[in-house]
Amino acid sequence: MTVQSVFPALEQLLPRVQKPVQYVGGELNAVVKPWDDAAVRWCLMYPDAYEVGIPNQGVQILYEVLNERADTLCERTYAVWPDLEKLMRENGVPQFTVDAHRPVGAFDALGVSFATELGYTNMLTAIDLAGVPLHAVDRDETHPLVIAGGHAAFNPEAISTFIDGAVLGDGEQAVLAITDIIADFKNQGSPGGRDELLMRLAKSGVMYVPAFYDVEYLEDGRIRRVSPNRPGVPWRVAKHTVMDLDEWPFPKAPLVPIAESVHERMSVEIFRGCTRGCRFCQAGMITRPVRERSMTTIADMVANGLEKTGYEEIGLLSLSSADHSEIAEIAKGLADRYEDTQTSLSLPSTRVDAFNIDLANELSRNGRRSGLTFAPEGGSERIRKVINKMVTEEDLIRTVTAAYASGWRQVKLYFMCGLPTEEDEDVLQIARLAHEVIKAGREASGRKDIRCTVSIGGFVPKPHTPFQWAAQLDHETTDSRLYKLRDAIRQDREFGKSIGVRYHDGKPGVVEGLLSRGDRRVGKVIEQVWRDGQRFDGWSEHFSYDRWMAAAEIAFADEPVDVNWYTIRERDLSEVLAWDHLDSGLDKEWLWDDWQDALSEVEVDDCRWTPCFDCGVCDHMGTEIQVGPTNAVMLPMPTIPSRVVVNSGT
Amino acid sequence: MARDRDPGREIIPAVQKLRIQHAKRDRLRFTSHRDFQRAFERALKRAGVPMAYSAGFSPHPKISYANAAPTGVASEAEYVEIGVVQVVDPDKLLTVLDEVLPPGLDILAVVEARTPDFVARLEASHWRIELPGTSVATLEQALETFMASDEVLVDRLTKSGIRTFDARTAVIRANVELGSDCAILQVVVRHGVPAVRPDDVLAALKKVADFAQEIPPRVTRLAQGPLLEDGWSVGDPFTLDREATQA
Repeated sequence: MTVQSVFPALEQLLPRVQKPVQYVGGELNAVVKPWDDAAVRWCLMYPDAYEVGIPNQGVQILYEVLNERADTLCERTYAVWPDLEKLMRENGVPQFTVDAHRPVGAFDALGVSFATELGYTNMLTAIDLAGVPLHAVDRDETHPLVIAGGHAAFNPEAISTFIDGAVLGDGEQAVLAITDIIADFKNQGSPGGRDELLMRLAKSGVMYVPAFYDVEYLEDGRIRRVSPNRPGVPWRVAKHTVMDLDEWPFPKAPLVPIAESVHERMSVEIFRGCTRGCRFCQAGMITRPVRERSMTTIADMVANGLEKTGYEEIGLLSLSSADHSEIAEIAKGLADRYEDTQTSLSLPSTRVDAFNIDLANELSRNGRRSGLTFAPEGGSERIRKVINKMVTEEDLIRTVTAAYASGWRQVKLYFMCGLPTEEDEDVLQIARLAHEVIKAGREASGRKDIRCTVSIGGFVPKPHTPFQWAAQLDHETTDSRLYKLRDAIRQDREFGKSIGVRYHDGKPGVVEGLLSRGDRRVGKVIEQVWRDGQRFDGWSEHFSYDRWMAAAEIAFADEPVDVNWYTIRERDLSEVLAWDHLDSGLDKEWLWDDWQDALSEVEVDDCRWTPCFDCGVCDHMGTEIQVGPTNAVMLPMPTIPSRVVVNSGT
Repeated sequence: MARDRDPGREIIPAVQKLRIQHAKRDRLRFTSHRDFQRAFERALKRAGVPMAYSAGFSPHPKISYANAAPTGVASEAEYVEIGVVQVVDPDKLLTVLDEVLPPGLDILAVVEARTPDFVARLEASHWRIELPGTSVATLEQALETFMASDEVLVDRLTKSGIRTFDARTAVIRANVELGSDCAILQVVVRHGVPAVRPDDVLAALKKVADFAQEIPPRVTRLAQGPLLEDGWSVGDPFTLDREATQA
């Protein structure tokens, strides 16, 4: 059955909302396929505003991977702002895709990518606007499967009532496997209905289906056990790992929106995974092992992407980009290739390392030089040992001095507040560090107009990390530490005016903490707060701490737990964690030992350069570290004759 | 913020200027001017147009945009001028640029700039305003009252507050037609300061005749250019450049 575009109805509403262009689609390289020709139809969602969601690499990659299949079509949807949501409800316009403005409820699967937990309420809006029942248990064959992915899917328990499944880890092969299963099932005439389809998906191990697991609780509120309630369903569901990124060079044709987005650049992922072992970092823990993309493939992706998009900036993405085994060759090779163009290169997520200044200089040779950003994360030497961020103060001073000396005038430093074992003094060290940075920078550059911006976020303990057992710092103490730091910097008469401070208050972190280490009971809080009007939790102007706390009060009324129980309570080794049945490959005992090492301020090395320390991932998942060097050579770009210039190429 | 640019960088002057007429159609009429600028600059890159760049720490391609239609308003007559460092064939530019732009942002004509004062030549715009749910009779009556007035003051919310100005004097000619599901107002408006836009004309009509418009109007700029001898027809602003090229 062909579905109709909702655009004629939507078009009437667009003149009445803010930034209507975000709802019209029309991105360069977007794909619209005939509805009737597709055996399986996917809708992918990034549950935030279009301007945030459109650059998301996960969605862009899976969008292409799925659309490359002849029997599959894939479109995208994003969160609509409350002004349009209101009009859509009044006028009966359902949640739509931006590609062909088809109703989301008509698709076979709705894949939602969660980079953070703050998109949960927006997912509920989308499901509801799509006309899909909020609770998975109330859905039937006519409704799409709602599937969560992204980092937050490593503990989807808080949203387990609302989703049909969750996929852990890399999505490229997983979405294809799911598509195969859905296609077979539909070809066979959907025997056994939705339940049978979910059973096939669960049994294959490709997807965690929460409905097939029961959670029992102890009287004190802790979990007694989590177990499958159907035969054939695995006890633990494992993450997916794509090996050989050269075989998956996506996105090949990045989407370029007409509307402005938060990342006005093309991104090329240069490796996946990170084994630096920062203990707070969920991304580094759940994406192991390190898998590099080769220099040759990176160069091809850059050249192809620039041609297909017209972007002037390329971001070389990864969790710690300067760690690529051939990063110097890549930086020099690309800078040479694009020497006479307006193209600039950027390297987000670099470590505090003087080598990176050379890299940054090389990368900015052709383009504009903005500020440099480093993330020491912890203010004191002691706390950096706790979090295993192996940076000494001398490293930091040497690095920023080199930056100022080579002409950069703005350096940004990222820190966290509320780390395990932290005292006021650890945070106050940041003021002293910033003072030393400016002092050294003025000497090195001979100028007084250099600046240093200190940016501090509250730490939220995450599942599948050594800090998963840690007590989160309450927001009152977080705020008081941040104020003390701000005052200390203000009182720096010598350099205070050269130091900027950016911080957020601790309240949003409490909600993030509740959601990220939440169990199934937290789902009631999400539903309550959403019914009370909560949307767009990642936006300070829409986030309401009071509304969340009021919702938790109602949702937990008959439970032995409360918000503090989930956030500021330290767990012990014997406790069953809500995500224990979800397998990131990390050995729980290794994580516990690493947690104990953190408390004793013992550091752990990177397994790329030292022997394996048995985190468990490679053994358990059958994966291995993939790093260069390949010793390949990046050749200069052949000049393509312009098609518009008179006598060009003759 | 930025490090000083390499002072050795050579600034290549523009050797040719080209004037481009483009449309903004269908769903892409919701494109704002800033959105269009970004999309257009990227399209120039993909098309391999040898753009001239400004000097300075943060070089920008040499592009001037004239009188952009408001967000949400479609147009068949938007104008852009670009400077290039190698001579470009206007016909090839038209084909290639149109190919790399999304459907809805369509290139309609390209001429080599041979004459000065192009923007001054854009004296007036011809707008077609479709009003679904409004009857021809109602609209005609409103228009009659409006045209009979010497002055109709309207308010517009600007960044600096509410601004009140006359929407009547700029309207040179207007008539009403019957469309398939709507009444259509055809109106020629002289450019001035502040520019009287289609929504200002509608606001003025509503003020003098009090008709309700529930469904948002569909507005298209059909032409923009010099006023011809009859005093109300809008001509093609590229005519002078075409004549100069042929001469």
